[in-house]
Amino acid sequence: MTERTQKITITRRTAPQPNGACDHISSEYTRSDRLAAWKARWGINRNSWRIKPGLYALGAPAADSPVFATANYKLSFDALRTSLKGLNAWLLVLDTKGINVWCAAGKGTFGTMELARVIAETGLEKKVRHRNIILPQLGAPGISAHRVKAYTGFSVVYGPVRAEDLPEYLRLGGATPEMRRVRFNLCDRMVLAPVQLVHFGRYMLPAAALLYVLGFRADAAYTAGALFAGGALVPALLPWLPGRSFAVKSAVAGLLVTALIAVGHYHGAAQFAARALIYGSAASFVGLDFTGASTYTSLSGVKKEMRLALPAHAGAFAAGLAILAAWRFL
Amino acid sequence: MKLKYLRGVATLKLETEKCIGCGMCVTVCPHAVFEVKARKAAVTDADLCMECGACANNCPVDAISVKKGVGCAQAVRNGFLRGTEPDCSCGDDGTCC
Repeated sequence: MTERTQKITITRRTAPQPNGACDHISSEYTRSDRLAAWKARWGINRNSWRIKPGLYALGAPAADSPVFATANYKLSFDALRTSLKGLNAWLLVLDTKGINVWCAAGKGTFGTMELARVIAETGLEKKVRHRNIILPQLGAPGISAHRVKAYTGFSVVYGPVRAEDLPEYLRLGGATPEMRRVRFNLCDRMVLAPVQLVHFGRYMLPAAALLYVLGFRADAAYTAGALFAGGALVPALLPWLPGRSFAVKSAVAGLLVTALIAVGHYHGAAQFAARALIYGSAASFVGLDFTGASTYTSLSGVKKEMRLALPAHAGAFAAGLAILAAWRFL
Repeated sequence: MKLKYLRGVATLKLETEKCIGCGMCVTVCPHAVFEVKARKAAVTDADLCMECGACANNCPVDAISVKKGVGCAQAVRNGFLRGTEPDCSCGDDGTCC
């Protein structure tokens, strides 16, 4: 099969096929898949990377071949199929509105009822003799394994967190404790940084450009610096920035960058203090949003942080502006 | 280096009397919050809990409760502005949990 026909077979049809033959897919990761992943990470046309929900055949699966469930987000689907090289398997794609497994499970779209629906609509019980479906472990927040069993007769088996561990998981016949843990190492963090940078850059880069045009060149640099601190330094240096709070970590990153930029400009103490307050709080605000990308923050924790951080951000920002105004007019 | 979030905030509750020691919570938890000792689940460190709700959802005897949610500042802000529960609006603008 050529690369071209593989791509087409994935996206060709628009309606589910309850009874007919299912689409055949390959486990190859092609250049166009890589480009699609890059675009999705930068938020370019991200919502168009949906896979049609339904049942797919990888290789030449038979009635005793394993069934793997995933989300209809291209990056999730690609991670699964490319991890199953050389295997004959059924891939069951749930309709998660183009969202990855973990986020969709949090929202409940990767959920018990959707799994039951897609099992019924694809006629899975006629395709396989066994009654097991291997789910990604991170689908568990949306799934009730015992309810799936009661509704459909299929037993949910939780596979590893990462699809890349599937070959080893299948070889061992189970997951190691390491396979059951989410990570948040440098690579995991940096791959999520672009979306944050794009999101806040939309507002902060035009603001920096405007400041530059108006003659506030130092402040243009500070604004871009705050974006860099909160959007790139926080993910990069997360374990080493002090404290557990993202607002505190991000404020420190913001102060660091502000101080570095200040070296290149001649400011008095009051001038510098004003900038530290303004851009430190801006960086803290940006960096606090990285809680959403992190793999270990809880809702209760974020709520607590925000109750304290948001008034502090507003207060510091206003105080900084007040100092600048006083310095200018007094 | 191990990353840990704020101390003492997680809403995770385990009713040990109900527990049948099936170990499902150990299987689904992405942060190894649970262990099974003497045929009963136990919480190792509640500060590691991110309140994803996987354990509560998959406990066959409802021995675990947790206020499930996304630990996402943007979601909390969206919820506050719209007067709803925290919602990360994944897919609306390309940013996601």
